[in-house]
Amino acid sequence: MQGGAVITAEAMKSCDREPVVSQMPGEAIPEGQRSDGRYCVVNKPVPRVDAYEKVTGRAKYAADIYFPNMLYGKVLRSRYSHARILSVDTSAAEAMPGVYCVLTAKDLPGEQSWSTYLFLAGDEVRYTGDAIAMVAAETPQIAEEAIRAIKVEYEPLPGVYSIEEALAEGALQVQDYAPGNIVRNTHWPVRKGNVEEGFAKSDVIIEREYRTQYIEHAYIEPEAAVVVPNPVDGSVTVYGSLQNPFMTRRAVAVALGTQIGKVHVIQQTLGGSFGGKEEVMGLMCGRAAVMAVKTGRPVKMVNTREESFLESAKRHPFRLRYKVGATRDGKIQAFEAELVDEGGAYNSQAQFMNWRACVHTTGCYEIPNVKVDVYAVHTNKVYGGAMRGYSSPQVIFGQESLMDELAEALGMDPVELRLKNAFRPGSVTATGHKLEGQSVPLVDLIKRVLDETDFFAVRERYRKEREEAAQSTGAPEGRLRKGIGLAASFRGCGLGAESPDATGAFVAVMDDGSVLIRSGLTDNGQGLSTAHAQIVAEELGVKIEDIVYQRVDTSSIPDGGMTVASRGTFTGGRAMLGAAREVKKALFEVAARMLECDPEDLTSAEGIIFVKGDPSRSITFKEVANRAFWSGREVSKLFWFIPPDLPWDRPTGQGPAFPTYAYACVVAEVQVDMETGAVDVLKVTAGHDVGMAINPALAKGQIYGGIAMGMGMAIMEEVEFSDGDILNPNFDEYIIPTSMDVPEAKPILYESDDPVGPFRAKSLGEGAMECVAAAIANAVADATGRRIRELPLNLERVLLGKSLKRGKGGASK
Amino acid sequence: MCEIGSQIAISMKVNGKTYEVLVDPLSPLSSVLRDQLRLTGTKVGCGKGECGACTVIMDGRAVNSCLVMAGDADGSEIVTIEGLASSGKLHPIQEAFVETGALQCGFCTPGMIMSAKALLDSNPSPTEEEIRRALSGNLCRCTGYHKIIDAVRIASKLIGRNTNQEPVLRGS
Ligand code: FES
Ligand code: FES
Repeated sequence: MQGGAVITAEAMKSCDREPVVSQMPGEAIPEGQRSDGRYCVVNKPVPRVDAYEKVTGRAKYAADIYFPNMLYGKVLRSRYSHARILSVDTSAAEAMPGVYCVLTAKDLPGEQSWSTYLFLAGDEVRYTGDAIAMVAAETPQIAEEAIRAIKVEYEPLPGVYSIEEALAEGALQVQDYAPGNIVRNTHWPVRKGNVEEGFAKSDVIIEREYRTQYIEHAYIEPEAAVVVPNPVDGSVTVYGSLQNPFMTRRAVAVALGTQIGKVHVIQQTLGGSFGGKEEVMGLMCGRAAVMAVKTGRPVKMVNTREESFLESAKRHPFRLRYKVGATRDGKIQAFEAELVDEGGAYNSQAQFMNWRACVHTTGCYEIPNVKVDVYAVHTNKVYGGAMRGYSSPQVIFGQESLMDELAEALGMDPVELRLKNAFRPGSVTATGHKLEGQSVPLVDLIKRVLDETDFFAVRERYRKEREEAAQSTGAPEGRLRKGIGLAASFRGCGLGAESPDATGAFVAVMDDGSVLIRSGLTDNGQGLSTAHAQIVAEELGVKIEDIVYQRVDTSSIPDGGMTVASRGTFTGGRAMLGAAREVKKALFEVAARMLECDPEDLTSAEGIIFVKGDPSRSITFKEVANRAFWSGREVSKLFWFIPPDLPWDRPTGQGPAFPTYAYACVVAEVQVDMETGAVDVLKVTAGHDVGMAINPALAKGQIYGGIAMGMGMAIMEEVEFSDGDILNPNFDEYIIPTSMDVPEAKPILYESDDPVGPFRAKSLGEGAMECVAAAIANAVADATGRRIRELPLNLERVLLGKSLKRGKGGASK
Repeated sequence: MCEIGSQIAISMKVNGKTYEVLVDPLSPLSSVLRDQLRLTGTKVGCGKGECGACTVIMDGRAVNSCLVMAGDADGSEIVTIEGLASSGKLHPIQEAFVETGALQCGFCTPGMIMSAKALLDSNPSPTEEEIRRALSGNLCRCTGYHKIIDAVRIASKLIGRNTNQEPVLRGS
C-alpha cells in the first residue's frame, strides 16, 4: 500500500461508487440505476463556481475592461425604417478635436455584410437599426457629439410593417433575394398520413388563429466589446459580451477581410443573453475591429439601452393558423397548421427557428394525420433572432390554447383530452419518430403536476367562488375572478437534425492535482461552467474545488458550435465526460502501478484513488497526477463529441428529429380584475422532466427564471412599433416583471432515467420558459370565460378583447 | 468644489477612502465611479433610473448612481459593492447570495445587494413584502427573484445573529 490517504467515512457514504458507471452515448444503463445518493458531485446543489466574483463586484464584464490609449466607438443609425441614402457628409465630425476616425460603408476594409447583416449600410437602409457611419474618439461624449455632427440626406421610401403587408399581392420587396418577402430557406413542411381523411373521420373540427408579439431579450447588461489591434501582425483581440465567440470571430474576420485565425476572441463574464448576444455582437465587434485597426488603438463600444433595443434581435412574432379535428371520444384525427413568423429586415435564424417549429407544431400528442407549413417573412422592422425557447413558447401558446378550445368544442375536460392523446413510450411523433430507447414520462409527469397542484379541486373551488361572487355582487361576473390553466410540451434536446451538433471539450490535469477544463460552449449566466465542472469532478473523482474553469477563448479550443438550443449540458457535457474519461484512464494506469493492482480494480472519489472494496489501499489524486505528469504521460485531452447523424426528409418533414426529448407540464393560477383587465399571476407550478439534474439548485434557478420570463411574455411585454420605429426602447416603457410581480413558483424536477445524455441529463434552460405563457393564457380563459388569442394579455385585451396601440403597423391588426 | 475649465474638482469618500476627482459636473456618478475610479462593480443597465444595476449607497440611502450628477456627489459618502467585503470576508448579504444561489449572470447582483443593504440597515428584520418592495427598483432577468428574496431574508437572520455577538456589522 502506498500514500496512506484517508478516505473519510463521509466520502464513502455519500458516494456509493460501485453502481456509478457513467453513460457514454449508446451504452445501455444498467437496470435500477437511479441517481439518488449515488454521486459525489453531480446531482448535488453545489454552489456556482462563479458566485464569489459576482457578489463582490470583481467579475469582469466586457464594459469593465479598460486599456491605456483606448478610444470609444459610436454608431450613427438610420432615422427611417426604409430609405435611400443620398449623401453622407462627415466633414464636421472629422474636424472635431478628439475624433480619430469617421467611417462609412465605402471605408470598410472587408465585406460590407456578414450573414446578411450590414456593418454599415451604403445606399439603402431597411430598418431603424441599420448603421450608416461610425466614429472612434477620445471620450464617449466626443464620439456622441461627432455622431450628431454627421449629416445624412435620405429619401424616405414606403415600407412593409406586418405579416399581412409582407404577404400582400404586389408588396414591396424588402430584400432583392427574397421574392414575395419569404425569408430564404425558411419553409419547412411536415406531411404525415392524410389530413383530408383525418378530417372526414372527425366529429368536431375547429379552426383558430393566434398571434404572438415582438419581445425584447432584456438582459440587464447592454452589449459591450473592446477590440485591441496588434499592429505587428495585423491580428486583433476581441473582448466582448458574447454568447457565441466563434460566431463573433467569423464576423470580425469578415469585417476586416482577414483570416479567421487572426481574430482572437475572449469571452467575458456575460450579463445575460438568452439567445440575444449573437448577431448584434458580430456587428459591434466587426465595427470596433475595423476602427481599432484603422486607428491602431484599442476601441471600446458599449450600447446604451436604447441602442440595444434598436439593433438587437427580438423574439419572432408568429401568426399561428390551425385546423384540428377529433372524434367524439377525444382522439385527435387530423391537424393542419400554417405558421408564419415575422423575421424583420435581415435574417440568420428563421430557417432553424422554423425547423424547430415544424417539429413541435402539433405538441406532445400522437396524431395520425398532420400537415404543417412554416415560413418566415421579411418586413422593415428589427430582425428576429434566437430567444430562449427558440420558436417553442410562441408555438406552444397557440397549440395549447387550441387544445383547450378543442376540449370545449368536444365538451370534454381539457386535461382528459391531453391525456388521451399524449405521447407514451412507443408513440410516433408528427415527424414520424417512434419514441423508443428513451424515456417518455409525459403522462406520469402530467399526473404528478395535477396531484401537486390539486388541479381539479382548485379549479372547482375557483368556479364556485366566481359563481358566488356573481350572485352576491349582482354583476354578471364577479369583479375579481380566479382561474387555473395547464399546458404541456415536449422539447427536442440539443440541435437535433437542425445542424451539426458536434462539440469539443478540453480537460487537462496539472501536476498539482488541479484540473483545467475548457469548453467551446459558453456560460451565459445559466451556470454551465458549474455543471461542466461537476461532470468532470464526478468522473475523475476529485472535489469540485479542484476544477479550474476558463472562459471561452477562441484560440485555445476548436470551434464547438453555438451555445444554443440548451445544448450546453446535453451536448457539451458529453464532450466533457469523454475528455475526463480518457484522462482518467491514463491516471488509473499510473495509479495501478503505484498501488500494485489492475487499473480496472480502481475507483476514485473526493481526490482519492483507491482499490474497489479495499479503501485502505489508496493514494491521492494529486500524487498520481504528479507522477503521471513527470513521467511524461498524456494527462490532458481534447475530446470531440459527434452525435449520430439524424436523417431528415425535407419535402415531407419526416425523420427522427432529435436524439431525445424533454417533457414539461405547467399549471398557472391567476386572478383577473374584470374592471381594469389586470391579470395577477398567483402561482405557477412547473414540472420538468430533466432526465437527471446535474445540479438541482441550478436547475431550479432556471425554472424560476423561466417562469418570470414566461409571465412577462404572457401579460406584460411587447415591443411597440410605429412604421418600424420602436416606441418603447427602455425599461420605463418596456415593462418586465419585477420582484413585486412574480408569482409564487413551485418547480418540480422530475427525474426520468434517460439513457441518452451525460449522466442521463436532458436539457432544461429553454424548456423552463416555454409552457408558461400558454398555461397563463389558459388560466385567464378559465377565469374570464373569454379566450384571448393574442399575446400579451394586457389590460386592453383582457378588458376589451383588442389592443389599443400607439402608432401604426404593429404586429397585430 | 472648484472649477477648472468645464470640469470641476469634487471630493467624496468612497468605501471609506477620500477621492479628489476632476469631473464634468453633469456626468453621472456611475461614470465617475466606473471610468475614473475604476470601481466597475457598479453596473449600468439603462442609464435612466429604471433597472437599479447602478445602485450605490450615498449618505446612507440607496440611489441610482446613473441619475446622480457628479457635481451633486461633492462632499458625499458613498458605499459601492467593492466596499462591502472587509479583508476578504464577505458581508452577510453577499454570503447569503452565494449560499442561496441568488444569482445567475450576476449583472444585477451588485445593485441588488446594495438595495438589500440599504433595506437591512434601516429595517433589520423586514417582512417578505418589505423585501419585495425594497428590491422592486432592481430588475433581474435571470433568476425570477425568488432566490434573491430568500437571500435577503437569510441575510437578515445572519446579521441579527452577528449583531448579538459583535456589535459592529462586518464590512459596514
Ligand atoms: S443604470 Fe441606473 S437605474 Fe439602470
Ligand atoms: S442574475 Fe442576471 S440579471 Fe439578475
